[in-house]
Amino acid sequence: MDADLIVQILFAAIKTGTPLLFIALGEVICEKTGVLNLGQEGMMLMGAVVGFLAAYSTGNMGFGVIAAMLMGSIMSLIFAVLVLHVGANQVATGLALTIFGTGLSAFVGADYVGKTLQGFQPIAIPVLSDIPYLGRIIFNHDILVYFSFFMTGLLIFVVNKTRLGLTIKAVGENPNAANAIGIKVLKVRYLAVMFGGAMAGISGAYMSLVYTPMWVEGMTSGRGWIALALVVFASWRVGRIMLGAYLFGLASIMHLVLQGLGLSISPNLLAMLPYVATVVVMVIISADHFKEKLLAPRSLGKPFNPRNMA
Amino acid sequence: MILIQARTEPSNTMKFVSPLLAVTLTLIFGGILFTAIGKSPVQALQVLLIAPLSDAYNIGEMFVKMGPLLLCAVGLSLCYRANMWNIGAEGQLLAGALGGSAAALYFIESESIFALPLTLIAGMLSGMICAAIPTYLKLRFNSNLILTTIMFNYIALYLLIWSVHGPLRDPQGYGFPESALFADNTLLPTLFEDSRIHLGVLFALIASVIGWFILTKTHLGFQVRVFGADESAAKYAGFKGNKLGWLVMLFAGALAGLAGVSETTGPIGQLVPNVSPGYGYSAIIVAYLGRLHPIGAIIAAVFMAVLYMGGDLAQIEMGIPVAVVSMFQGVLLFFLLACDFFINNRLTFTNQATN
Repeated sequence: MDADLIVQILFAAIKTGTPLLFIALGEVICEKTGVLNLGQEGMMLMGAVVGFLAAYSTGNMGFGVIAAMLMGSIMSLIFAVLVLHVGANQVATGLALTIFGTGLSAFVGADYVGKTLQGFQPIAIPVLSDIPYLGRIIFNHDILVYFSFFMTGLLIFVVNKTRLGLTIKAVGENPNAANAIGIKVLKVRYLAVMFGGAMAGISGAYMSLVYTPMWVEGMTSGRGWIALALVVFASWRVGRIMLGAYLFGLASIMHLVLQGLGLSISPNLLAMLPYVATVVVMVIISADHFKEKLLAPRSLGKPFNPRNMA
Repeated sequence: MILIQARTEPSNTMKFVSPLLAVTLTLIFGGILFTAIGKSPVQALQVLLIAPLSDAYNIGEMFVKMGPLLLCAVGLSLCYRANMWNIGAEGQLLAGALGGSAAALYFIESESIFALPLTLIAGMLSGMICAAIPTYLKLRFNSNLILTTIMFNYIALYLLIWSVHGPLRDPQGYGFPESALFADNTLLPTLFEDSRIHLGVLFALIASVIGWFILTKTHLGFQVRVFGADESAAKYAGFKGNKLGWLVMLFAGALAGLAGVSETTGPIGQLVPNVSPGYGYSAIIVAYLGRLHPIGAIIAAVFMAVLYMGGDLAQIEMGIPVAVVSMFQGVLLFFLLACDFFINNRLTFTNQATN
């Protein structure tokens, strides 16, 4: 395998990992406040279809991205109301959101299947993209990839260095204590869920505007679920999400790697790889029961009702 | 002034009213939606809900669709009662279809009367294996069952696609990704003339009776119910959570596997890539709508099967995209979860404004 191919593979791993990065960044913030939203796949699909429709009908890609983020937030709002106000089971509600989103996206996009877009074009960053190898791997992407770099940095900063980050963690670790010191627990959770929705939306838009610039039913093929595993893999730390996303990206383009090594395996078997990798990773991470308890936000999945507070 | 008050005890009436209310609200939602896209809501709902039951052939087709939904939902009902969040019915169904088809192809020349039973058993075992791996990983390594079962849905799907492109492809099939047609003695017999209702539908009804019996009449079912209601109480009573987890998961896997093999040896008659239009996922909603009760699941499965049929008819007769079915399923579950709020809460009406 020569250097050129390795550069290509790593470049593709970043590109493939980007939608996972977006969606997992949203979900990790959501889970840090104690809410587990299993509706990722549904929100992502809605982001993909609405982003494509908006970009296709206006010819403006940026508009597509914004529409996708808005759609993601609206979808997550349904989840938020049911879970935070009605007190519905988070697992069941998340599943409902995924089923609903899968159906609605296919319904809305039925007339647009097979149409294609120009898609975002790569922008080489001056100077940086001239760095040997590294420049071609990291600094020769489209604008959304750069935005994902920016969001990762921003969230690492917010979570670890700001008051807002402390608030988020307080709500997730101990909502009762957070409530007692005057934090509006439900408000924080609403915002976190909607942030998650917006990130899922942009992740979907990445699929339909950049990765394969068209709309196909169910085109996210389980990425929303893999992102949920990714959050566990990253032990709820923002920085590790980026690493994990690119590793999963690499697993999904394994056919390129194997081609480079001169092996040929059925593409249908290789398509299983990201899912098998997810299972293996889940087992390794969760095997240490004590460690997982220590790392996961303590109120994850548990409802909080301020009316029950004294 | 309307106030929300917590009930002192969960309302049993609401447990039954809630699904009916949710269905009604979903239909109202559907009416509004069809009006919005410029279709007559009356005609659309008539095609979706009444037409599937309008003649004997359609009713038969409805039962053919009800079979796999019910088989999966009965297993899932028991799983969810025991707090095992098995989302993997789809994968277990596909595994059953794959394993069963491999057996059916093995028996393609055979005249033995055991060919069909062995084929069905192979399907059930395959479904059980597909359920057993995530169960083992959860109970031994504490991995998240929801995520692993979903991953196995995809793994089973790609394994099936690989098989019909590779080892199980019909050599005389002009390269289509399909297996050879199964021999007659590995096909499920139909129950009535002029209808495709096959033995698998009967299996589904028997399975729900067995599920009901286990859940309500046996000590095992009692343990499942206690475990679901209060895990610490169940452990205090000395019930073995791991053993229960294994039992409900293997039961669900076997039923979903049977659903899969019944599809390939029943209405389809060969292994194809698209065995299931998402039956395993819809079964989750069927289970909830049937109140996690195996008998309730029958009514819910009939409703869901009508919706599937109606979706096909609406596509043909009115040009409504068939995706409307899974959208309705999602909306239905939303409404159901919202209506369930009133099992534990109630509205009270007072004359004065209160603070």
